Amino acid sequence: MKKTSGAGERLINGIVKENPTFVLMLGMCPTLAVTTSAMNGFGMGATTLVVLALSNLIISLMRNIIPNKVRIPAFIVIIASFVTIVQLLLEAYLPSLNDALGVYIPLIVVNCIILGRAESYAYSNPAIPSLFDGIGMGLGFTIALTCIGAVRELLGTGEIFGARIMPQAYTPIGIFVLAPGAFFVLAMLCALQNFVKLRGAKAGKDTSRIGSGCSEDCMNCGEKGCGRRKFYDDSDDLIVEDLSAKEGK
Amino acid sequence: MDRKLKVSSNPHIRSKVTTNGIMMAVVLALLPAAGFGIYNFGVRALLHILITVASTVLTEFLYGLYRKKMTITDLSAVVTGLLLALNLPVSAPLWIGAVGGVFAILIVKMLFGGLGQNFMNPALAARCFLLISFPALMTDFACDAYSGATPLAALKAGETVNVMDMIIGRTAGTIGETSMIAIVIGACFLILLGVIDLRIPGSYIVSFALFVLIFGGKGLDFQYLSAQLAGGGLMLGAFFMATDYVTRPITVRGQYLYGIFLGIMTGIFRIFGPGAEGVSYAIILGNLLVPLIEKITMPRAFGKGGAGHGRK
Repeated sequence: MKKTSGAGERLINGIVKENPTFVLMLGMCPTLAVTTSAMNGFGMGATTLVVLALSNLIISLMRNIIPNKVRIPAFIVIIASFVTIVQLLLEAYLPSLNDALGVYIPLIVVNCIILGRAESYAYSNPAIPSLFDGIGMGLGFTIALTCIGAVRELLGTGEIFGARIMPQAYTPIGIFVLAPGAFFVLAMLCALQNFVKLRGAKAGKDTSRIGSGCSEDCMNCGEKGCGRRKFYDDSDDLIVEDLSAKEGK
Repeated sequence: MDRKLKVSSNPHIRSKVTTNGIMMAVVLALLPAAGFGIYNFGVRALLHILITVASTVLTEFLYGLYRKKMTITDLSAVVTGLLLALNLPVSAPLWIGAVGGVFAILIVKMLFGGLGQNFMNPALAARCFLLISFPALMTDFACDAYSGATPLAALKAGETVNVMDMIIGRTAGTIGETSMIAIVIGACFLILLGVIDLRIPGSYIVSFALFVLIFGGKGLDFQYLSAQLAGGGLMLGAFFMATDYVTRPITVRGQYLYGIFLGIMTGIFRIFGPGAEGVSYAIILGNLLVPLIEKITMPRAFGKGGAGHGRK
């Protein structure tokens, strides 16, 4: 496991240590906007998972032929292709979910989790770990969105996945299916997550992040999955090449 | 040798004013309005007040136990609970005050760091939370004593209202907002004690009156204007909520600016908004602007900045 930089490790990293929603605080727009019910949260998460895993895989495979200077447009084109595929599939097979998520499906193109993983992981790592990084991050996002959606749905309507949980006497707290409720629930779950983590840290468990938490000290950093290091090296090479080319003239 | 010099470290100026002294004064000042609410709406109003205050105090107590830092003796939870209860309609279910009390203390106050750190007035934030969550329950003002619409809703519908009843408080509405006289008696008590001053309430009420005169569409209709001033939560909001020490600007110019902002916002909500009332939303929006207001009205330290400042 260790030598392949661990598919399992990438999964755990995405779900727990670097959970995109609760730890990295990425992709807040869909997180807050579409989690009005557990089903919507799950649908959004699953859609993002598919796009994330496939785009990570393709970007990783193409990482040696994408020029450094145009990598962002190249990433966007790859991601947008997958988003279009997923959107057409949703329209064909799950029209109700497609209607519920609405404009947030095309907006996955600019979801910062996907672009972030492409930039910081897939572009500088082999294909298989990148695929699992995408799956792990996608699972983390899906779990987070489903949790937020479930809590909002439970408090706001008394149901989870459309099944009545609360007794009939319960008066739904309507604010939880409105925008402010998204912030309340996200903050509460985030606090809960930090609380559990602090408990774990006190008990001596390793809760450090794996890929981010960068101190910008690349010289002394043992982080292999870091995109930054490669870009710094590349840009240095570029400058050196430019200078030598000029001198040659 | 006489000991004429007393050597001590700062602070050298001490005041006898304490937080729980101020809070006690506010509680006393709210008693006329609360008393009139109970007289007007019956025992159920008293039950609302007791449940809401118990909820806020208990929440603060439990949170204090958990954090091992007991702040319950500063009485601010009692003020929050009382203000929230005075903002509930009497026919709402009794648990609603308990839910609002937990929200006010736990979410709005304690999670942001306790008294002095809350960015919004807890009682008002809880009222808005309840208003958005349970719109039907929170706007049902029909009760044993009154069955019609609130005076402001009637006014909005173009009906005429009895201004004298509104000033005395014999109208439908939330428990504590109906009687202008009771609220003003409490406010005078606070002003005489020096707990609040007229800067914020004065600029709030005057700018609101001017807004109504200009945009109300009734011209110089004294009856309409006085009904707008006496109706709804304007008096309770202006004297007891906008003047909250934590969520008002500390600069003098800022306080005038804040009052004017509240007046304009209340006018916009009442005249152009879909609902009849807008005091709560106006004040919590104002609360959010307080840091900005303080930033632009902060007095310059002597010798800093000045006319030449910023010139190249």
